[in-house]
Amino acid sequence: MSNQKESTARTLVVALLVCLVCSVFVAGAAIALKPTQIENKQLDKQRSILSIAGLDGGKALSSSEIKKLYGEKITAKIVDLRTGQFSDAVDAKSYDQFKAAKDPKQSRVLTGEQDKAQIKRQENLATVYLVEESGQITTVVLPVRGYGLWSTLYGFIALKGDLNTVKGMGFYQHAETPGLGGEVDNPKWKGQWPGKTLFDADGKLSVAVVKGGVDPQSAEAVHQVDALAGATLTSNGVDSLLKFWLGEQGFGPFLAKLRAGEA
Amino acid sequence: MSKMTAKEVLLNPIFNNNPIGLQILGICSALAVTSNLKTALVMSIALTLVTGFSNLFISMIRSQIPSSIRMIVQMVIIASLVIMVDQVLKAFAYSLSKQLSVFVGLIITNCIVMGRAEAFAMQNPPFLSFVDGIGNGLGYSVMLIALGVIRELFGAGKLMGYEILPVINDGGWYLPNGMLLLPPSAFFLIGLFIWALRSWKKDQLEKPAFKMAPQVSNKEAY
Repeated sequence: MSNQKESTARTLVVALLVCLVCSVFVAGAAIALKPTQIENKQLDKQRSILSIAGLDGGKALSSSEIKKLYGEKITAKIVDLRTGQFSDAVDAKSYDQFKAAKDPKQSRVLTGEQDKAQIKRQENLATVYLVEESGQITTVVLPVRGYGLWSTLYGFIALKGDLNTVKGMGFYQHAETPGLGGEVDNPKWKGQWPGKTLFDADGKLSVAVVKGGVDPQSAEAVHQVDALAGATLTSNGVDSLLKFWLGEQGFGPFLAKLRAGEA
Repeated sequence: MSKMTAKEVLLNPIFNNNPIGLQILGICSALAVTSNLKTALVMSIALTLVTGFSNLFISMIRSQIPSSIRMIVQMVIIASLVIMVDQVLKAFAYSLSKQLSVFVGLIITNCIVMGRAEAFAMQNPPFLSFVDGIGNGLGYSVMLIALGVIRELFGAGKLMGYEILPVINDGGWYLPNGMLLLPPSAFFLIGLFIWALRSWKKDQLEKPAFKMAPQVSNKEAY
């Protein structure tokens, strides 16, 4: 028995069978649960849009409340990043800008000079989320992303109706070091963002994440946020991804046009 | 190992042979996920299920597994179970699975699972192995839950996210001990638990590995 059990052929057969059975189970679980997982992901994104736009009142909402509030308050619109204008080329509900960023037909390659956020390719069309009250835009939520230390950080920045004052900023997906770069999720750190302004009096993009603490006396303080302790690369990543997405390559032209009422 | 009843197999690992307290296994995840009770609970449930079922399946095919590849076969079974747990968490407890991040995946490398598979399931019938897995999972859970309660209650003044001790920042009277939220505090706590456990159950004391020689007197030295 023991000899037969240890033969090469038998070893191979057992290995193969175990692998087969296990892979069937794993694949089965992955496929069966995929729809629920996708829904969860979407819900998580909607939750973070609502919280960054300051619409959830700082509470944890249930999934039905999120769906309801999101449906009532938020309008998703497509912006053509090349022209800075709204576009009707695709349906805002089904459009996936991260998928588009990988498709050569719907995106462009960023050169090393342009690619501050280290995302390599940028989509032509982006989804923005608007909150309107009696025809006036009160909040604009822009998707931002860029590379930190280990991972691409995906997040949103919400601007008030003046398109200059930050209402909130946060990331909903990243894989930075827990406790160091992962502190981008810390409510205390995120609490620094509301009230900061993006552009200075001359319209120059001045928002920055600075090391060594913001000097409250400085004229720049209103644009600046403290970097995270022990997470230089994540902080630099956040700094450059904001500069990229709010600058000329990103939503800069769109914000300018929206302000002038031409978008 | 003499014949053990199912009850002994189930209950022994909780205090008499605690995987963290006596075997000192699974420390890494015990530090990482116990800063609040909720993640500690989910992790406990996940690990208990994985240990139980991996023991069950491994024991079911134990006479078929060629000894030359037994470790790999155990790993494959454990890994598949962990992936399934991870997928289920992602589908039904998304925010929790985000908090647990890599640690669910790391159950694969948790020494408790592997240790029980190798030490128990390879020699015992399926039912007893399953019970042993659950028992060891419970032993791990007891430790994790105790850590989670202490760390969340005194570190943040909350339990399961509900306020118990009103903290000063929110206008209460309790000044939270921030260090309890950091991983090193779990080390100290585990140390204290082991101390308490061994004072209670003296037979867990380890014999010193070597004896110090009595002072060599001057006369003997020459």
